[in-house]
Amino acid sequence: MTDKQPSKKPKISPKKTPMREQPPEERVNNYDEVPFGYSIEEAVTEAKRCLQCKKPLCVQGCPVEIDICEFIGFIAEKKFKEGIVKLKEKNILPAICGRVCPQEEQCEKQCILGKKNEPVAIGRLERFLADWERNRGEIEIPPKHRPTGKKVVVVGAGPAGITVAADLVKLGHKVDMFEALHKPGGVLVYGIPEFRLPKAIVFKEIDYLKKLGVNLYTDTVIGMIKSIDELLSEYDAVFLGTGAGLPWFLNVPGENLNGVYSANEYLTRANLMKAYLFPKYKTPIIKGRRVATVGGGNVAMDCARTALRLGAEESILVYRRAREQMPAREEEIHHAEQEGVIFKLLSNPAAFRGDKNGWVKEAECITMKLGEPDDSGRRRPVPVEGANFRLPIDVVIIAIGNSPNPLIPSTTKDIEVSKWGTIITDPQTGKTSKKGVFAGGDVATGAATVILAMGAGKIAARGIHEYLKTSNW
Amino acid sequence: MDKNEIIEKEQIAPNIHSCTVDAPGIAKKALPGQFVIVIPDEYSERVPVTIADWDAEKGYVTIIFLEIGASTQRLAELNTGDDIYSFTGPLGKPFEIENFGTVALVGGCYGIGGIYRAAKTLKENGNKVICFSEARSKFLLYWNKKLEEVADEVRYSTVDGSLGSKGHSFDLLEDNLKSGEHFDRIMAVGCTFMMYRVARVTKPFGVKTIVSMNPVMIDGTGMCGACRLVVEGETKFACVDGPHFDAHKIDWNIVSDRRKAYLEEEIISKER
Ligand SMILES: Cc1cc2nc3c(=O)[nH]c(=O)nc-3n(C[C@H](O)[C@H](O)[C@H](O)COP(=O)(O)OP(=O)(O)OC[C@H]3O[C@@H](n4cnc5c(N)ncnc54)[C@H](O)[C@@H]3O)c2cc1C
Ligand code: FES
Repeated sequence: MTDKQPSKKPKISPKKTPMREQPPEERVNNYDEVPFGYSIEEAVTEAKRCLQCKKPLCVQGCPVEIDICEFIGFIAEKKFKEGIVKLKEKNILPAICGRVCPQEEQCEKQCILGKKNEPVAIGRLERFLADWERNRGEIEIPPKHRPTGKKVVVVGAGPAGITVAADLVKLGHKVDMFEALHKPGGVLVYGIPEFRLPKAIVFKEIDYLKKLGVNLYTDTVIGMIKSIDELLSEYDAVFLGTGAGLPWFLNVPGENLNGVYSANEYLTRANLMKAYLFPKYKTPIIKGRRVATVGGGNVAMDCARTALRLGAEESILVYRRAREQMPAREEEIHHAEQEGVIFKLLSNPAAFRGDKNGWVKEAECITMKLGEPDDSGRRRPVPVEGANFRLPIDVVIIAIGNSPNPLIPSTTKDIEVSKWGTIITDPQTGKTSKKGVFAGGDVATGAATVILAMGAGKIAARGIHEYLKTSNW
Repeated sequence: MDKNEIIEKEQIAPNIHSCTVDAPGIAKKALPGQFVIVIPDEYSERVPVTIADWDAEKGYVTIIFLEIGASTQRLAELNTGDDIYSFTGPLGKPFEIENFGTVALVGGCYGIGGIYRAAKTLKENGNKVICFSEARSKFLLYWNKKLEEVADEVRYSTVDGSLGSKGHSFDLLEDNLKSGEHFDRIMAVGCTFMMYRVARVTKPFGVKTIVSMNPVMIDGTGMCGACRLVVEGETKFACVDGPHFDAHKIDWNIVSDRRKAYLEEEIISKER
């Protein structure tokens, strides 16, 4: 029995351990999460694929510098508690990042295994640990520093604000947080749909933040009920994490017809206001039989997939470039295709037409082709003469982007903004042009990602802590 | 940020309620013409409601609302001592107020309450203030005494003629303008139809007319665009760019179509 034992380590599987998910034909009829997450066995198997590099490259790809190798090492040894503690040292929202981060562009892109085979499924392992802890019901509260006597106010309860609040409260500062909407979470709650990020998970993370000692006040629109100057008279520092919530429109004829939504309105109705449970929840949404979503990013995918779940017979994505140029995560595009979203690529609406009651009934589209690369490096779409076509539809969702809401800059004269409306900050500290005021996340970068907002939050928290210690501006 | 406890609630006319809420933060900041977004309970919609009155010292805010949809019905069911699920404000730009000269304030439905503080502040700023209060019948009017206390004059119109002139406020306003009466500014708060008709009446006389638009809203902070309307060919968000706009520059066709968008859903959600 002993003479034929393998002397070498078992061969590493070239592929990621697959994650089970709801079949497409089933999931388009519900709002439940699509992937199920790893079981303990699957997670351990996947964790064992990690080479435990001496100088791990994956960490360099992570905007918040999670000790990826170490937490994966703990999973391989089934030391899940140690793993989650390690993970949370750098990232307080692992259950969320594990689900929505573009890992293929970040940590997993750097993974050595990925050079020849599929990289380690870092995102799925991150999600596994966070879910393991949550399902166990015991959340570790890290020890707190002695109170410093300093007071900080965080405006906006999205990922940027949450990160700043958590980091500063742990350092012993008193932190109050103001959120305009009736629920905290920012885009995580009003934008990203339930089937991609269950809201119960976000609220658990917010609970954790409250347990750390952060005072959260919802229903509070800063700039209206309180000005930034008033906040500065009550607090030692202000952090603005107000996101990029101002929807863009195409500015084409017919865009104000009934049935034409901004992505923000459509998703807010569906997610924050739970219109998918209408009439139990009273906020209505026009379901539509043929729904066109304009755009090619994550937001557009979320809208097109939500439309299917609300019962659309056809959910059509209208995008002016080709599939390769779509800014959405590959996984989102793949899921949308699987679910039957129809991709009308190289097409751009030029006008919408309505019926006599003001309801949209058709989109007039221009056919595009790809020309020379533009500033973003992507090939610029140019119209093809005489190739217009009509698309009969009854709901349109405009998902072409957002910029920061001008409410705070317009009521605070000495906060400098760029020509895109983003608040100008020092990338090393998060300082704005106004003394005592810091900013980060989408409000500073324009619409970006959860993890970049969190990374900016980390930097600003460090900047604020330094400022509170030294008063140097 | 406040607890939003209902301090006082009263049905001031059939289907019209006044509700005073403990909301010190809002009471401290409110200005005439601003609004709040109210969510009566966790299942309800976000409903925009004009701030009718407030007491900064006591920390109270009073709103007047019409019981029409499922969510306002739910609000009407709440009682003194109950906490409102969510109450956010003040939102929107306040009325522009200065010494214009003679100002006509037209209020109908919830807008009778909506013009009260504007009348008071305009008077304090040295204007001659004439209020036009309208309803279908006398028993649907409210706050008559309050308006009379702050305005130089209150002119009533009722469709059935039970008080004041017979007809609508805009009919009376048209008669007044035709007979040569001069107004430096006209402001109207109430249902879309009334404001539209006021706009039509005042246009030939070239009197600057401001209306307080009340489109469907969700966030009330400029995030969704549900409240958009077209003013001089440009798309505006009523919640942040308004709610007050020059009535002669609004594209009223778009306004009336957009208001009808959820009629069917309103009926379904009220039935459940
Ligand atoms: C539909 C959708 C899908 C997305 N999918 C992904 C994805 O898969 N992966 C990914 O990484 N990223 C995704 N993103 C982007 C990501 O969600 C954002 O980059 C991230 O949430 C930005 O975080 P933030 O904290 O800067 O701002 P936000 O999340 O926008 O939070 C800002 C908060 O501030 C509040 N606020 C605004 N103004 C005020 C004020 N005056 N007073 C008080 N509060 C105020 C807002 O209500 C909001 O709650 C998606 C975005 C959308 C819209
Ligand atoms: S209500 Fe959402 S933008 Fe005005």
